[in-house]
Amino acid sequence: MWCSQVNGRNSNHQPTPSGISAHLLLVLRKRAGVRVRFRYLSASRVTKIKARYLLRSRPPSEKLVDGSFKNLVVVMASMVALVLISILVVVFWGSLESMGRYGLEFLVTSNWNPVDDEYGAFTAIYGTLVTSLLALVIAVPLGVGTAIFITENIIPKKIRDVIGLMVELLAAIPSVVLGLWAIFILEPFIRPFLMFLYDDFGWIPFFSTEPLGPGIAPAILILVVMILPIITAISRDSLNQVPMKLRQAAYGVGTTRWGAILNVILPAAISGIVGGVMLALGRAMGETMAVTMIIGNSNVFSWSLLAPGNTISAMLANQFGEADVGQLSSLMYAAFVLMVLTLLVNIFAQWLVKRLSLKY
Amino acid sequence: MNNSSTTQSAVQIPDLGYKPWCVRNLRSRFLSVLAGLFAFLSVLPLIAVLVHILIKGFSSINVELFTQLPPPPGGVGGGIGNAILGSFIVTVIAALIAIPIGVGGGIYLAEYSTGRGFSQFIRFGTNVLAGVPSIIAGVFVYGTIVSTRILFGHTFSAIAGGTALSVLMLPTVVKTTDEGLKLVSNDLRRAALGVGASRFVTVSQITLPKAFTPIATGVVLSIARAAGETAPLIFTALFSPFWPNGIFDPIATLSVLIYNFSTQPYDVQNQLAWAASFILVVFILMLNLLARWLGRIASK
Repeated sequence: MWCSQVNGRNSNHQPTPSGISAHLLLVLRKRAGVRVRFRYLSASRVTKIKARYLLRSRPPSEKLVDGSFKNLVVVMASMVALVLISILVVVFWGSLESMGRYGLEFLVTSNWNPVDDEYGAFTAIYGTLVTSLLALVIAVPLGVGTAIFITENIIPKKIRDVIGLMVELLAAIPSVVLGLWAIFILEPFIRPFLMFLYDDFGWIPFFSTEPLGPGIAPAILILVVMILPIITAISRDSLNQVPMKLRQAAYGVGTTRWGAILNVILPAAISGIVGGVMLALGRAMGETMAVTMIIGNSNVFSWSLLAPGNTISAMLANQFGEADVGQLSSLMYAAFVLMVLTLLVNIFAQWLVKRLSLKY
Repeated sequence: MNNSSTTQSAVQIPDLGYKPWCVRNLRSRFLSVLAGLFAFLSVLPLIAVLVHILIKGFSSINVELFTQLPPPPGGVGGGIGNAILGSFIVTVIAALIAIPIGVGGGIYLAEYSTGRGFSQFIRFGTNVLAGVPSIIAGVFVYGTIVSTRILFGHTFSAIAGGTALSVLMLPTVVKTTDEGLKLVSNDLRRAALGVGASRFVTVSQITLPKAFTPIATGVVLSIARAAGETAPLIFTALFSPFWPNGIFDPIATLSVLIYNFSTQPYDVQNQLAWAASFILVVFILMLNLLARWLGRIASK
């Protein structure tokens, strides 16, 4: 009905049909061949408005600054990649000679003998793996337990916040200070206990040597202290991110506090916790100073945890400064092994976090 | 009929009161106590370390400690003035290298990146670089700067040490800048661009100032971490028993001093190591509290 009105010659003077927007009307008029005129705007006024709203064209100087700033930040971002790649290249390049000489045997032989220029890194690799894995075994229950304790409302929030703050500050203490503490306080303190292990369980190969000071066991304990804050902090974050609804639902169907934690909250937060644990593993494998100071730096292989041992990073810290060419290449090879190990752990951690993350 | 059935079921409703001796409640309480014990064990090392550093380090704090050089092996007295100054110099060099590059990289990731290809690679690289062991950074700088004598023929130097530390700081600064800028509301960016500001002006006048506190928090934390690092310095900055002699020469730092002196069989040196630990820990904890304070400002 209104179509016929618009199509009509004198549509300008007809009342606007209700329910039709002015815009639509305009379009329809155009279609009908009716010229729309701006009756109330004089020609001079139009040019004035045009001048006022004319788009300013950007001066070349501004374009130059903009473009070069973008290029600058791109270059700076590339520095990250550049550093990473050159670390890999430098370490790989330095270890080529040793790789050519020993090949993969380097990884499974345990004679490290600078005098005869014979090198095999099994002692250090064993030390690295056993210290970091055992430290993880101790630190995971402690860290996750602490995280649960300070995220669930077992005790008042103020005390929980203080515990959280203290664990975070523990992460800030430099590893060399922890090493100093381990040498003078921790090691003498735990020696009677290690002695007991040796006396009563000496038939187990892992406790088969007499503890005489620095060794793998105190190194494991100091590693626990170092990775505990990482595990706690990341577990705490992921536990905090579990939606309140899940908790309420669990309590609503009548479970106990730990029923809810073990069956609902932990599974929901598991991806973050596992990611944190893997990060901590990477950190434990690369941790240098505290371990160097307390592990004893022995190149003689022993299964025993009470004997002095070595890790790759401790070996680097000890020998790199005064190494000759052949030794340097072997140390670079060891560094390359360490680098590959930590890279694998880190990439695996990122993959795992993506894989395990629950959708709720 | 209806009425009687409800009363009947009401009679059958079991006792809903909390039964403290029920097995599952006992188990729950046992686990709570266990978690509390774990939390106590986690806090214990911090308390023990702090107490020992206080006892052993604080007693040897005096003026000479800040103004004198360490004594020769077997000597008496002396201080760690050169190491305090050296730590400061090396950390400043590291910050001067890492902060501009890191903030620039973070700006790229937050403001210009497309989230695909190159920027995804940079993000991944930042994460991987953050996981690189600190000693590897030392090996890297040894291989590129120290052994090649690229800095005008100098080998071990404060600059090499600072560069090694900056490698460790870089990923932290990039990440915190990226995350800080992402928190800035997109409306601000649109408004700035809408009134005709260029991309550069938008970033430098609007988004960067807005994200200043989170970025500053991250930067302070990364400085605190760098100040305590030892592993990358052992064979880049090395050590020197003398006052710093320019940035192209080996330099003493607090952390390397602790490492060297803790393994010496002399009481004087061990005591200086404890004093150095005290100064280092106080400095780092103060930086951490500063970062925490900045973070609180940011959240307000």
